[in-house]
Amino acid sequence: MVKFYQTGTFTVGNRLLKEDQRSVQADMHRTNSLNSGHRACQGCGEALGARYAIDAAMQATGNQLIAVNATGCLEVFSTPYPQTSWQIPWIHSLFGNAAAVASGVAAAQRALGRTGVRVIAQGGDGGTTDIGFGCLSGMFERNDDVLYICYDNEAYMNTGVQRSSATPPAARTATTPALGPSPGNVFGTGKNVPRIAMAHGIPYVATASVSNLRDLERKVKVAMGIHGARYIHIFVPCPLGWGSASEDTIKIARLAVETGLFPLFEAHDGEVTASTPIRHKVPVAEYLKLQKRYAHLFRNPPDLERIAQIQMMADRNIEKFGLLH
Amino acid sequence: MLKQTEGSHAVAESVALCRPQVICAYPITPQTHIVEGLGEMVKAGELVDCEFINVESEFAAMSVAIGASAAGVRTYTATSSQGLLFMAEAVYNAAGLGLPIVMTVGNRAIGAPINIWNDHSDSMSMRDAGWIQLYAETNQEALDLHIQAFRLAEELSCPVMVCMDGFILTHAYERVDVPTQDQVDAFLPPYEPRQILDPADPVSIGALVGPEAFTEVRYLAHHKQLRALGLIPQLAAEFRKEFGRNSGGLIRTYRTEDAETIVVALGSLNGTVQEVVDEMRGGGSRIGSVSICSFRPFPLAATREALQHAKRVVVLEKCLAVGLGGIVSDGVRKSLSGIVLNGYTVIAGLGGRAITRGSLKRLFQDAERDELEQVTFLDLNADVISYELERESKSRRTGPTAEAILRRIGTVASGIG
Repeated sequence: MVKFYQTGTFTVGNRLLKEDQRSVQADMHRTNSLNSGHRACQGCGEALGARYAIDAAMQATGNQLIAVNATGCLEVFSTPYPQTSWQIPWIHSLFGNAAAVASGVAAAQRALGRTGVRVIAQGGDGGTTDIGFGCLSGMFERNDDVLYICYDNEAYMNTGVQRSSATPPAARTATTPALGPSPGNVFGTGKNVPRIAMAHGIPYVATASVSNLRDLERKVKVAMGIHGARYIHIFVPCPLGWGSASEDTIKIARLAVETGLFPLFEAHDGEVTASTPIRHKVPVAEYLKLQKRYAHLFRNPPDLERIAQIQMMADRNIEKFGLLH
Repeated sequence: MLKQTEGSHAVAESVALCRPQVICAYPITPQTHIVEGLGEMVKAGELVDCEFINVESEFAAMSVAIGASAAGVRTYTATSSQGLLFMAEAVYNAAGLGLPIVMTVGNRAIGAPINIWNDHSDSMSMRDAGWIQLYAETNQEALDLHIQAFRLAEELSCPVMVCMDGFILTHAYERVDVPTQDQVDAFLPPYEPRQILDPADPVSIGALVGPEAFTEVRYLAHHKQLRALGLIPQLAAEFRKEFGRNSGGLIRTYRTEDAETIVVALGSLNGTVQEVVDEMRGGGSRIGSVSICSFRPFPLAATREALQHAKRVVVLEKCLAVGLGGIVSDGVRKSLSGIVLNGYTVIAGLGGRAITRGSLKRLFQDAERDELEQVTFLDLNADVISYELERESKSRRTGPTAEAILRRIGTVASGIG
C-alpha cells in the first residue's frame, strides 16, 4: 500500500526553493552565532529568536556584526562564566543601557572608519520597555545606526516571572498573582513599544514571531539594509514563565499571530507599510488555554468576561492592521 | 601658549589635544562649558575624527562611553553632582569592565537640598567605584591632569576621574599655558586597547561571574590601583620633564618639613590654605599643608611620610560622612596607623560656602592650642541650629527644614561672620 501525503510548501522545505529563497537557518554555512551549550530552558523562545535574528543579520552584513546585550535571560544563559555561546563580538553592560551602549559602539565604528561593521542591541521586554526605555528613546531620537531587537516574553523572566509593561492583561505573574476579584495583570495598562518606536519616526520598525522564521529573517535583512535607528519586536514564548509545554513554543507563537493578538507588520518612517494577513482566524481561547498563566480564566465557571475582553483586543488588532481579507 | 581663559575652556582645549574619538555628555551645572566648548570644536571642524553625541541622561552618557571605549576608541565625558549619581550604576560598570574612560567631575554638592555650588560630596560618593580619582588645585593643573589621565587610564585599563571645583575652577578666569599638539602627542600615544569588540576577533565582554572567581577579579582591580601608586608619580615626573611644570603626582607638601601643625586638603582650597600658612609662618607658627591630588588610590605611604613628624593634623574636608564625620580623615588616619598625634576633622565649604582666610586663620590657631573638637563644622551658625532644634522639639508639623532655616537666616544665605 502506498501512502500519499499532501504537504505545504514549508514542510517540503528548501529543496524546491531557489538558493536565495531558502532560510538562513537551513543554510549549512550559517554562522550559528548563538552556539549550542547555552543554558536556556528546553523550548526557550528567546534562544530561538536570538539565533534566528543574529544568523540572519550575520548573513546580511557579511559577518560584520557587534552585539550589545541587556541583562536578562539571554545574557545570563549565554555567558555562564567561564563559557560563552557567542561566536560574535558581544558585550553585556547593564540592564537598562543596551541601546546607549550600542550607540557608543556605533559611534566608535564611525570614528575608526569601519563603515561595514554594524551594531545590534538586544534585550528582553523588561530591559526594553521599562528600565531601558529612556535609553531606547534616546537612541531612536538621535537616529543612531543601531538595530534594537526586543525579545518579548511578556515579563521579567530571569528574576522569577514578574510583571513588565509588556505583560498582557489577565496574565498571571509573580507580581500580578491570580488572586482576588481581578486575578492576573490589570486591563488598561501596558505599553506598545512598536507603536512608540514608530512615533519617533525612525526608518524601520517591525514585529516578528519565532513561528514565522522566513518572515523574521526577511525583516532582519531589510533592517540591516537600512542605516539609522531600527527596531524589531519579536514574540518569544517562555515555557517556564507562561506555564506552557516546551514542545508548544512554536505552536503558541503561531497561535498568537493567528488570533490577532500579536499582529505582524512593518513600518517605514513612522507609517505602517505592510502587514501579514491571518489565513485562518483562531479564537483567543485556543491560545490562552495552552498557558497556565491564564489558567484562572478557565476555572469552573470560566471567566467569560475577561476572555471576551481579550478577544476584543485581538479583534481590534485585526481591524486596525487589516489582517483578514 | 599662554591664555587667559575660563577653567572649563582650558579643560576643553586640553581634552581636545588628547585626540578623543568619542565625546558624549549630558548638561549639568557647572560642567556645561567644558562640553559646550568641545562640541563647538567638533562642529567647527577644529577637533577632527571625533564623534560628539548629545545624550538623553547622564546614565546614557556613561553607557555610550562604555560602548565606545569597549569598541576601542578614546572616550571622554563630564558630569557633576546629581548627574554623577544618576550614572552611578554605569560608573561601577566601567571600572569593573576595565575601560579607560576619562571623565571630568565639576565638583558640586549633592542634594537634597538642591545646591549648585561647590563641594566634594559628588566625587566622594563614587570613591569606591574603582575609578582613579585626581583632584586639581588650579586651572592649570586641571588642564594638565587630563593629559596625564588619558595616559594613566590607558596604561592601566582603568577609568580616571579628574575632579575640579565647580565655579571656583570651572568658571574662574586664570592664566594657563596650553600645550601644543606635538607636545601632547609625544606624551600621549594612540590608544591601544587591551580588549576590543572586533568582528575579526570576537570576544564576549561582561559575563556573569560567580563566587568561584569574583574575589579574584575584584582583587585584580584593587591591585591595579596599587600599581597606580607607582605610575602616578612616574607620569608626573615625565610630565614635568616634557612640559616644564609640576602637575599631578600623589600629594604635594607645602612648608611641612619642620611643621608641628599640618593641614590636609583637596583641590582649590589648598590655594587659600597656603596663603594662611604663609601668614602664620610670618607670625612664627610652625605650620604647613599637604595637598592630596590622588585620592584614589589613596597615597597611604606618602601621606604618612609627610605627616608623621607633626604634633597635630587638621583635615579640611569639603564633604561629610553623615553620622560619622570626615571622609578624607579616614584615609589620613589609616596612613598614620600606629602613630599618636592629634587629629582634627573640619567640615568646611559645604554647598559652596566661602572659606575665608580669616576663618582658616582662627581655625588653625585653635588647632595650635589643641582647642578644637574632634569634628568641627567651620563657621556653623549655632544660633540657627539651636533655634531649629527647639522649633522641632516643640511641634510635629514643622514643615521643610531648609525653608525654615532660610527664613531664619534671611537672604544672605552664604554670608558668614
